[in-house]
Amino acid sequence: MSDVLAVVEHRRGSPRDVSFELVTAGADLVGDTGGDLHLAVIGGDVDAFAEALSLAGVDAIHTVAEGDEFNHDVYVQAVEALSEELDPTYVLMGNTVNGLDYAPAVAERLDLPLVTDAIGLQNDGGLVVTREMYASKVESTVEVDADRAAVTVRPGEWDAAEEPGEPAVEAFSFDLDESRVRSRVTGFEEVGSGDVDITDADVLVSVGRGIEEQENIELVQELADALGATLSSSRPIVDNGWLPKDRQVGQSGKVVTPKFYIAIGISGAVQHVAGMKGAENIVAINTDPDAPIFDIADYGIVGDLFEVVPELIEQFE
Amino acid sequence: MKVLVTVKEVAEVEEDFELDGLRVADQYLDYDLNEWDEYAVEEAVQIAEESDDDVEVVAVTIGPERSEETIRMALAKGVDRAVRVWDDALDGVDLLDVGAKTRLLSAVVEEEDPDLVLTGVQANDDSFGATGVSLASAIDFEWAAVVNALDLDADGGVANVRRELEGGVEELTEVDLPAVLTIQTGINEPRYASLRGIRQAQSKEIKPLALSDLGLDAAAVESDLVLTDVYEPETESDATYFEGDAGEQAADLATVLREKGVGAQ
Ligand SMILES: Cc1cc2nc3c(=O)[nH]c(=O)nc-3n(C[C@H](O)[C@H](O)[C@H](O)COP(=O)(O)OP(=O)(O)OC[C@H]3O[C@@H](n4cnc5c(N)ncnc54)[C@H](O)[C@@H]3O)c2cc1C
Repeated sequence: MSDVLAVVEHRRGSPRDVSFELVTAGADLVGDTGGDLHLAVIGGDVDAFAEALSLAGVDAIHTVAEGDEFNHDVYVQAVEALSEELDPTYVLMGNTVNGLDYAPAVAERLDLPLVTDAIGLQNDGGLVVTREMYASKVESTVEVDADRAAVTVRPGEWDAAEEPGEPAVEAFSFDLDESRVRSRVTGFEEVGSGDVDITDADVLVSVGRGIEEQENIELVQELADALGATLSSSRPIVDNGWLPKDRQVGQSGKVVTPKFYIAIGISGAVQHVAGMKGAENIVAINTDPDAPIFDIADYGIVGDLFEVVPELIEQFE
Repeated sequence: MKVLVTVKEVAEVEEDFELDGLRVADQYLDYDLNEWDEYAVEEAVQIAEESDDDVEVVAVTIGPERSEETIRMALAKGVDRAVRVWDDALDGVDLLDVGAKTRLLSAVVEEEDPDLVLTGVQANDDSFGATGVSLASAIDFEWAAVVNALDLDADGGVANVRRELEGGVEELTEVDLPAVLTIQTGINEPRYASLRGIRQAQSKEIKPLALSDLGLDAAAVESDLVLTDVYEPETESDATYFEGDAGEQAADLATVLREKGVGAQ
């Protein structure tokens, strides 16, 4: 029998998508073992969140009314206390920025093996996790050699649970040790847009690390101009200061849905894809035929951007 | 004040590669300092440079002798000295889990007694993204993950950080010291090592530590995770590929773009 405790994530008043995906992953893990799927809802408008997550497959929701927003010290203590009470086989959390901020501490406190960024879970007598390595070049399976585990799941890998259900909703209280709350969130800031709003563009020419040098950015700018497109980029280009932050596409940049997204020298890391997979048409130009970007591309050119892009510019001049 | 930076030599896999059992065959691996650690090293060195007090920057790595070459690059960029944990017991381990890394690094922290620990958000090879926060919990430091701005107020005993959340939102957080911060790329501009720095690095210490030096035994590196399979993922691509030389590829793509109204004058 496997009991699962999944921890809901919310931000600024709404449960995040990953919470609904955790319900699907958790229900899969419980499977036909006869165990229960518990959800923990910590902080914020817990009653509203519990209602939103009253879904089929969920047996019980435990609400912890403690604070408004995410605070990892509170989360760690709450999940620890709940785990002591419920004794779950698996603790499931989202592999999000906040997930990375508390899940490892939960595992450490509870002395559980931790597997992060799961893209597949299998539970038959033991837990087997599928995950990627080497920037998605290889996949691996990892067997957990213990009865219990903490796992974070990659957002977007499981379908969001939708079917309503009737779990028991219970308020859970525990003694928060204030002396172990040693960080304070003082505010949030939105990264502003400059003069160009890439979320508005119909066509994006997007450049990645394959461009190699700052002076080569001119080449892709030229292509963008020839196509009447806007120039965007992957993260390393912004990290290097070659383009401003508001041009970055991805998890920590902008989410774009243009008619055409032309990815040039971009490998297609999961954090990048999170920002552009909704584009209507995706073109990938990359020397590596196995680059993950081709998995989501509609049109592909396996080739050297320094040869292909000049030819393409010529086509439109 | 002392700043400890965790660094890792990671292997990058070449475009074409073959697997050898549970590993990528050695000849297809290029070793380099983990991208995220470059930024953590730079942040630590800047803290030392900007402080009026004496700040020592110590790098710690878990890695075989081969990694010394990579670690020396951090020394060339201003890290004062390094500690390298390795042991025969680690030789045959395919996958060192977060718990094992935490046990090793905790022992080093006990020895070094730092005021601040900086790590990268993740290592680019196994990408667990968990060591820093796990370590913080084990050594009872406060922490913050995915930090893209840091303003250290050592006298006030706090670090004011920005955490980079999803969707272009940043969280402003006050973190009590001592703390572990996991550093995100882009927080600074990592410098290139100067010739003088490279020369100086040759005489800086990289102290090897075995498990017994840390008061640990082989049980410390026993992993709860067993790597059972490594394989190339099947491509899910249903893309239309344009073949031929660059000119032909570009012409075919141009046709599709024009058909769909892109770039049509
Ligand atoms: C918490 C977190 C948040 C992140 N947020 C984001 C984000 O918002 N956006 C983002 O993009 N990344 C983000 N990342 C980083 C992400 O993991 C990758 O590191 C990044 O997307 C890689 O960028 P890239 O594809 O340009 O570079 P690489 O992965 O280095 O890929 C370069 C590609 O160029 C190809 N190439 C090389 N030379 C040529 C040539 N001559 N012609 C054609 N192709 C060539 C290579 O084959 C390779 O596929 C985040 C990471 C973390 C941990």
